[in-house]
Amino acid sequence: MRVADPVQEAKDLSETPVGRVIESWKSAHPGAKAVGWFPVFSPIELTHAAGMLPISIAGGGNQMEIAHADSRFQSFVCSIIKSTLELGLTGQLENLDGMIFHSICDPAKNLTSVFKRNFPRLMVDFIHFTQNFASPVAEEYLAAEYGRVRTRLAELAGTEITDGQIRSSIATYNRVRERVRRLQGIRLNGRNQLSAAETAALLRAGGRMMPEDFLTLLDDALRVISSRPGKARDLVHVVLEGSFCEQPPLELIQSIEEAGCSILEDDFELGFRWFKGDISTEGDPLRALAHAYIDGSVHSAVKHDLRYRKAAPLVEKVRRTGAQAVVVLTAKFCEPALFDYALYREALEENNIPHVLVEFEEKMWAFDKIRSEIETFVESMMFD
Amino acid sequence: MPKAIHQGLIHDLQKNLMSHYYEKLTRAAETRQEKSAWMLISGNPVELVRAFGFLPVYPEVNALQLGVRKQALPFILKAEERGYSMDNCAYVKADVGLYFSGLKAPFATIPEPSLILCNYVGCGVYLQWFEHLAEYTNAPIFNLDIPTVRPSASEGLQGKTQAGTAADHSNAADQRYVMRQLEELIAVCERITHRDFDEAKLRRIMEFSRETGELWAQIKAMTRTVPSPFDAFFDAVTMMGPLYCLRGTEECLDFFRAVHREMTERVEQRICPLEEERFRIVIEGPPPWPFLRTFRDLFSKWGAVAVASTYSTVGGLWEFGFRHDPDRPLESISEHMLQYNLTNRSFLQRYEQIRRYITEWNADALIIHSVKSCRLFSAGQGDMREYFSKELGIPTLLVESDLEDPRYFSEAQMRNRVDAFFESLAHRKSVRDREAGTC
Ligand code: SF4
Ligand code: SF4
Repeated sequence: MRVADPVQEAKDLSETPVGRVIESWKSAHPGAKAVGWFPVFSPIELTHAAGMLPISIAGGGNQMEIAHADSRFQSFVCSIIKSTLELGLTGQLENLDGMIFHSICDPAKNLTSVFKRNFPRLMVDFIHFTQNFASPVAEEYLAAEYGRVRTRLAELAGTEITDGQIRSSIATYNRVRERVRRLQGIRLNGRNQLSAAETAALLRAGGRMMPEDFLTLLDDALRVISSRPGKARDLVHVVLEGSFCEQPPLELIQSIEEAGCSILEDDFELGFRWFKGDISTEGDPLRALAHAYIDGSVHSAVKHDLRYRKAAPLVEKVRRTGAQAVVVLTAKFCEPALFDYALYREALEENNIPHVLVEFEEKMWAFDKIRSEIETFVESMMFD
Repeated sequence: MPKAIHQGLIHDLQKNLMSHYYEKLTRAAETRQEKSAWMLISGNPVELVRAFGFLPVYPEVNALQLGVRKQALPFILKAEERGYSMDNCAYVKADVGLYFSGLKAPFATIPEPSLILCNYVGCGVYLQWFEHLAEYTNAPIFNLDIPTVRPSASEGLQGKTQAGTAADHSNAADQRYVMRQLEELIAVCERITHRDFDEAKLRRIMEFSRETGELWAQIKAMTRTVPSPFDAFFDAVTMMGPLYCLRGTEECLDFFRAVHREMTERVEQRICPLEEERFRIVIEGPPPWPFLRTFRDLFSKWGAVAVASTYSTVGGLWEFGFRHDPDRPLESISEHMLQYNLTNRSFLQRYEQIRRYITEWNADALIIHSVKSCRLFSAGQGDMREYFSKELGIPTLLVESDLEDPRYFSEAQMRNRVDAFFESLAHRKSVRDREAGTC
């Protein structure tokens, strides 16, 4: 018998210290291993296929004081880098067996080395995703890169990871992604049945469990949410962009919504929404994963796909959802997000789409300032 | 008080070469007769681009020139007006500001690009910088994607190789990927220049680069002698201009022949860049370009000479064995980009490089210059300090400023830190000497 409110369950889980989550999963699964993945996206099918828990390790939120890591990473480095290291330095990753970082930005690359040096017990790896999307050999390269990681994960798990197992993991995650798309769809139906903060909580929880459990959670959530009566509210419809890596506190998302925004689409927890559709479960599964990355994934500031102009997907998102405005919400010191703002701004202005830029930090506690900035923006929209 | 006293012939030669280079750029911008390729410094395949007759243009060097002449700020502000953040790399902002100033720098006019070649060798900012330039200029862009050395494939600390089978596999796949992209790039260059690829010409260019690299490696090894014949940070940056902007040409090779001659004489005559070499230091991180002289004096004052620096290896690690190979042109170009660059290596490999400098170049201390703009260089340098000072017991000083943005340089604060550090280093040294009975 599950608890009555799956959304509340997700919130609780997403706010539980990650060390405790790993510990309790491991005590329920004796002998099994857990491998962390850093944002933005990771091919967690490979970890799951080895029977290990793929757990999202994405900083410490606002539940944790940074006391040690700030002497390792300077003040001008984003918070998630420091708080993720802090998790390790304070012993909260003791039960973790491996950690995978990705080629998203320079601080994340250096953090990989710092992890390796400070936590020699951990299997630490780094996936270099292709940045030449137009190359006919990119897919072959990325499949080989996944193959390298598969080998390391298999060594860690102490078992082989077969193609069949990966295919079946892909199928499981396809089901997860399909539910996530349905969840997203609810936010577009105009009935205000589900908030962006709640969606983010569900996805955060999903990063802390096996996909089979996540499926159950999502099915329960979909059932409960679609039976909600919905409410009529006078809101400005917005698309939110720029929070693809470090995550804002749920309360901040809530404040933005309370300030009068209905967030139709956002890029929180982008990893679970990385692919536009299903990944093929036929043929070579590593090729299928690589193919989906190159030709079937969504836009993000950490991907440099030169086949389209950088701001085009954002403008398209606004058009598709019927949003009236854009909230660019970036983590403080997040170089990729801050850079792209210059191009977004230009394109939004060209297309007469109003926008507002706000910066957040995962560790923030007070939301009044951002809330009033958003309120001012909303008012300017309402009376325009 | 020992100050930097010797500038030497190489500084004049370098000045001439670089102004000649910028005259060429200005001429190309005015006549629009030549095709130019915009590229990045770290491990670029300039040899290949030259084989097609492109004039290489380096936005990083243009930004650096603005910085060193203390002219960067108005350009940086121009970019910030367009929405770039205070927290973005200031090289990019200075360059974007330059673009929106009609490419007119106070020292040259930069030609519009015929090709934007993003050689992505380690720095994530490169990708965004050139992506933005491509949008602004509408020039064709090619992302040459160079897989970063992954930790599993990297050397561990203390020189232990932790490469396993998985890593070996990756190296082969990386190499294949880069080689295939170079072939694609050749096709792109053929299309833009309407010229066929001339492999014999590439080999001739590679031969210049091979010899240049050989001389540069020998020159860099000379700082192992006591006293060091030049400063491997402040004087090395002088040599890096021709090494990066003009590599693959005869004039660049001639320059390095002259440098080699001058340095050999200096070693023989035991001439050092200061009156007296009191401390041998290793400097990690890029220079604060707008305050280069001031920064240098902070160390010269103490008789501290850099005998090695990581910054001088951002474009290649010739001193650790790399040479362009005219007999294997594309293979060696890809090895250069994949493995023989500071920027494409892991942070731990950098620790190891520094550790070697300290032991093999016989240094007394490590100075870490942490620059806000360049997180590739700086993010995590606190951990580096921890490793060197706590684990290896090497006196280490970390100071912060920026490589381009003058708003982040506080001379008084920096001077206090440097003075306090060298005072204690001097004290330590005298205690050590006393204990050893040398004075
Ligand atoms: S928040 Fe931005 S800068 Fe920080 S790790 Fe993530 S992508 Fe990199
Ligand atoms: S981050 Fe560093 S390496 Fe990258 S463009 Fe800026 S200064 Fe150059």
